[in-house]
Order: sequence, then C-alpha cells, then structure tokens
Amino acid sequence: MQAERERPWRYLAPAAFLLAIVTAYPLAHVAWLSLERRSLLDPGPPRFTGLDNYLRLAADERFWNALGNTLYFVGASVALELVLGLAFALAVQRPFRGRAALYGVILLPWAVPTAVSARMWEWMYEAEIGVLNYLLGTQVNWLGSPAWALNAAILMDVWKSTPFVALLLVAALQGIPRELYHAAAIDGASRWTVLRRITLPLLAPVILVALIFRTIDAFRVFDSIYVLTGGGPANSTETLSIYAYKVLFQSLEFGYGSALAVSVFVLVALTAGVYVFLLRKIVQ
Amino acid sequence: MRIVALVLLAAYCLAPFLWQVVTSLKPAAELVSLPPLLPSRLTAEHYVAIFAGHPLARLIANSAIVAVGTTALALAVGALAAYAASVLRMRGRGAILGVVLAISMFPPIATVSPLFLLLNALGLRDTLAALVLTYSTFSLPLAVWLLASFFDALPRELYVAARVDGCSAFGALWRVVLPLAAPGILAAALLVFIFAWNEFLFALSFTATEASRTLPVGIALFPGLHEVPYGEIAAASVVATLPVVALAFAFQRRIVEGLTAGAVKG
Repeated sequence: MQAERERPWRYLAPAAFLLAIVTAYPLAHVAWLSLERRSLLDPGPPRFTGLDNYLRLAADERFWNALGNTLYFVGASVALELVLGLAFALAVQRPFRGRAALYGVILLPWAVPTAVSARMWEWMYEAEIGVLNYLLGTQVNWLGSPAWALNAAILMDVWKSTPFVALLLVAALQGIPRELYHAAAIDGASRWTVLRRITLPLLAPVILVALIFRTIDAFRVFDSIYVLTGGGPANSTETLSIYAYKVLFQSLEFGYGSALAVSVFVLVALTAGVYVFLLRKIVQ
Repeated sequence: MRIVALVLLAAYCLAPFLWQVVTSLKPAAELVSLPPLLPSRLTAEHYVAIFAGHPLARLIANSAIVAVGTTALALAVGALAAYAASVLRMRGRGAILGVVLAISMFPPIATVSPLFLLLNALGLRDTLAALVLTYSTFSLPLAVWLLASFFDALPRELYVAARVDGCSAFGALWRVVLPLAAPGILAAALLVFIFAWNEFLFALSFTATEASRTLPVGIALFPGLHEVPYGEIAAASVVATLPVVALAFAFQRRIVEGLTAGAVKG
C-alpha cells in the first residue's frame, strides 16, 4: 500500500554495494586478468595476450591431471557422503532420549575448522606412529604414496561432510506423513520396499539439494588438501583449486593462474546449471 | 541394533577429535611410539608451550575479532536486504534472491587474485579489515536467505499494524520484525560466526604476518624445525576447536534449523 514511501531499494543498497565490490567486480576482473600475461615478479606492465593462457591450459598436462583429480574427488566423496548420510539419517530419525546431545556430536565434524581437522587427520594418517595403522594393523603410507593420498583426503572429507548430509535428510524424513508408513505396514510391505517405494521417492528433492551443495563444495576443495598433502606426492592430490593457488601465490603468475581460476568457476557454474535444471524437473 | 548404530555414529564423529585431545595431553616421549594408546600421565606441557613459545594468543584474538566483526556486519547488511525482499515485498524479489544464491556458489579461488590486487591497492593487505570485508560479503548470501525465510514466516499483520500506528519502515524493522525474528537471527549469526572462524583460503592469501593471521592459518603453518611438533599442534587444534564445539553443543537446535531451513524449503 505504501510501497512508494518505503523505497525498499534503500534497504538493499548496502548489500548490493558489498556484493558488487567484493564478488561481481573481482569476477569480471579475473576474466580480464586471464587474458593477460601478468606476473608479480616481472616489473614490466601486464600485456594483453588474448586466449594465450587458455591455449596453454589446454596443452598443460598438469591441468588435466588436476581436473582428473578434482572429478575423482568430487565423484567419490559425494557418493560416499550421500550413502552414509542416508544411513545415519535413517538411524536417528525416530525420537529417542539424548537425541539433542547426539545432534551436538553430529555437528562436531562439520564445525571443526577444515584446516584444523586436516592436521588431526594428518596425525592419524602418520605412517610410522599414526593411530590408524596401529588400530588396523597395517603399514600403509597413507599420505606418502600416490595411490593412497587422494583416497585419504576423500576419507577425511567424508568424515567432515556426512553429518551435514545426514541432518538435511533427517529434516526431510520428518516431513514424510506417518500415515504412509502405517498404510505400508498394513499392506505387509517389507522394510526394503518401504525404503524404495516411499522414503526415497519422497526424499528425492532434498537428496538433490544435498547433492548440489556437496558437489559444488567438493569442486572447490582446497583447505583440507592444502594442509594434508599440499597437492603431493607427485601431484597425485593436486586439485584445480590447489594448482590455481600455487600458480597464483607461489609462482606469482597472475595471468595464467587467473585462467585456471576461471576454469574452476566455469565447471562449478555448469554443474550448478545442470542441477537446477534437474531440480526444476523433479519439483514439477 | 539401533543402539549399536547410534553408538557407532557418535564414535565416528567424535574419534578424531578425542584422539587429538589425548595427543595434546600425552607426554612428548610417549608420542613417538604406539602403544601405549593412552598416556601414562596427563601433562599440560604442550598447552604451556603453545602459549609461551608461539603467538597463539594473538592468533586467537585475530580470529575472534574477525569472526565477531564479520557476524555483526553481515547480519546488519543482510537484515536490511532481507527486509527489502521479504517484508517490503520489493519487486523482483525472486530475481534478487536468485542472484544472491548464484553468488553463494562462487568458488573462492575464482575471486582470490583480483581481490588480492584490490586489497593491495587499497592498502588493506595483511589487515583484519580485509578479512572482515571479504568474509561479510561471502556470508551475505547465507544471511540474506536465512533471514528472508524467517521474516517470511512472521505474520504480516504485525508489520501493517506498526505502520498504521505511525512507525517508519525502519522503525517497524527495528521494533517489530527484528525482535520477533530473534531465533532466526541467532541461527544466522551462529552460521556466519562459524564460517568466519573457520575460513582458510582468503586468510592464507591476504595475511602475511601475525598482525592479521587467523587461527586456522596459524595451525596449518605451525612451525617445526626438525620434526613436526604433533603434541603442540594437537593442543593448538583443541584450543581452536573449543569455541565452535561449545557453540555446536549449546545451540545445536538453532544451527540445525539454520542449516536445513534454506535447503528443505527451497
């Protein structure tokens, strides 16, 4: 009624200003930087080189290795988190005494700073005196062998992120009408049938939302791997974000590093687009 | 059967953290071999060492200032924006929230190089202000979404009544909407605080010295001359984790509410 006098855009202005300066402008600038040859070590002015950085990227074996590592990390960690998260959600969905305390416990892996949990896992993964080899009776060089290191990083990510998935699914499970389960019980449906015919179909939208969050998060994985292995051994854990960071802040090549950063952005944007398309279809 | 599953779940979540606590209390001599799993005696030597020989107190202060500053700024700016989109029914509300959601998906690595150049040019490199500015903006989408969904849940008649009684639009926000949405504001504040306390990539890139280094970066770069000082790292990790663990236990309902609010409804 008094929309004119309220002038809602005034309330939006501070947020729009911050988002423009700290996200929109940098995004435009990174696209521009990726077309330049620019090094912080080089005293000369940056030179515009068109698509040179992207041609270099296409021929860069280390880029393809990093892309492969990223895709493997995303696929394995998200799949494990979803299956495990669903199992956890089914275990805690019904009320019981002490559920509040258990929620606190479940939040713990999510709440611990990733860089700090990476140091916790580094210590557990230690080959000689680590607790993991001791308890398992194995002698695996978890972080030192190219065959194991990326899987070790995935395991840590699964530990950290499964609780988030589980909590989302619990919230969705509680929204499923009880009557459906009663009806199924009367019809004598087995547990497996109930899961497949009632629970999973009704959970589908939230499962997809959890997938979106986790996939996009996994694509940008940085903290855990940077602290756990730094991308080694022999680049076997180097993901796109890690490689881009090294080129930017260790080689100080801001042009090529920006091209790598743009590639991460494009991948994430494409993934998000596909998911949003799927979500629209499911909801309809 | 279900009890077993629940106990396993709790152990899975707690074990790495508990092992870090045990490590932080173990005498140095017992850290270099296993067994024994449990320490023969408890020691505070690692805790003493990190506060005496390492600028840990400074890092804690930096992290606290950044996290509190970020929470205050993101919530203030976010509440105004959410008010415009929700209660004031701004035209293009869907588009605004869509843009905000898209921004929340930006990979930090994609903006870190231009932001570094920008902060450098502004003379903000290696300052706490640079982190507060960056974190506030990156947590703004979360704050706007959460607050808008909590504002939406309030009965609109209250706002209309306040306006009819002569409240300005801002007065209605300050005296009516914010107090009623207090639980939602708490949920948003908790999530933003934890995000700011934990952030790593920007802190690693924009800080150079103890003047602005935060706790996660300090622990990631923990100095070790010849061997990794696992006992001290464990002690520092426990110190860095305690605030968020305390928040997780004290406010688990609000946090879960905040985490699931956007996802399940949207």
